[in-house]
Amino acid sequence: MSVAPAEVERPDVKQDVTPDTPWVTIVWNDPVNLMTYVTYVFQTVFGYPKRKANKLMLDVHHKGRAVVSSGTRESMERDVQVLHGYGLWATLSHDS
Amino acid sequence: MSGAGPEGSAGFPHLGKPDDSLGAAGAAGAVVGFRSTRRGVTGWFAPPQARIIRSLVGQVAELLGPEPAGPEPAGPEPAGPEPAGPEPAGSEPAAPEQRAGPEQAGPGDAGPGPASMGGDPLEGSWDSPEEFAAMLGLSTSTTVPEDPVLARLLPDAYPDDAESASDFRRYTEQDLRSGKVAAARTVLATLPEGGGQVRLSGDDAQVWLRAINDVRLALGVRLAITEDFEERMARLEPDDPRSAYFWIYDWLTYLQETLVRAVW
Repeated sequence: MSVAPAEVERPDVKQDVTPDTPWVTIVWNDPVNLMTYVTYVFQTVFGYPKRKANKLMLDVHHKGRAVVSSGTRESMERDVQVLHGYGLWATLSHDS
Repeated sequence: MSGAGPEGSAGFPHLGKPDDSLGAAGAAGAVVGFRSTRRGVTGWFAPPQARIIRSLVGQVAELLGPEPAGPEPAGPEPAGPEPAGPEPAGSEPAAPEQRAGPEQAGPGDAGPGPASMGGDPLEGSWDSPEEFAAMLGLSTSTTVPEDPVLARLLPDAYPDDAESASDFRRYTEQDLRSGKVAAARTVLATLPEGGGQVRLSGDDAQVWLRAINDVRLALGVRLAITEDFEERMARLEPDDPRSAYFWIYDWLTYLQETLVRAVW
């Protein structure tokens, strides 16, 4: 996180409007979703190349979760909603 | 996550040969998956297989939607799969009076019906907050659903922030439900009741993927599927009533795997 210049008094804003503190979308492991399907979804939703999509899928599978995208809160909410549409178990968090 | 696929499931080795006791899916025809052809993604279903998929997809749609899944909701005696789970009544939540008509409008449309449409909207008598919210594409739900199947299909977006989770649900749940119901309807519209060949456009094949996945998620909750479900399945006695449902789940897993590979 960058540091605000000393002379600027930071307004009391919610974290989510601070541009340099990204949010992340997390996909959690579950026993039903197929490994191939999850890889396919990562490619389709995010446009990731197969290698990256496959690595993220394996992270979910082996580590229980993986950060699959990051950005503004609004864009992460969109990602989560799309992933829910595909049946993946996705959440968003502030990447602190 | 499940790695089962053609490699793991095609032969259904843990169940031996499908026979009549295992329900219609296996008994009534070869297990055929989807494949990509020059004319689209094609699959073939025996009549009982088609009935099972239509029944399950219809049940998911009914669970998710305020409206029934289609003009003909999945048949009077579902070809089986109301899984004998701990709460069988859970997937029949739509009371008859809620299904006012087959043409209930979706969200964003003028949903509330004649009673609410006349005159000044501010003067109109909205039958319920739910109807008003549905018209706006909002959901009145702000908490995770009690039915574990719904909770899985409509999960919380903020695991540690109940207020944000509520807001997110209020603004997105209706769309999520509508999308899943629409996917279910696509399956019902493209899978003949009597089975036979199904030929899907690329777009419809992707919609099928989501709909079949939702059915598997729902069955997965009802059957308490875990990563080691194949071992549990293998240990079931042949006459265990759950066998048929495990078999159907496994079959749908195989079907979905072939569909992923066909659309990829």
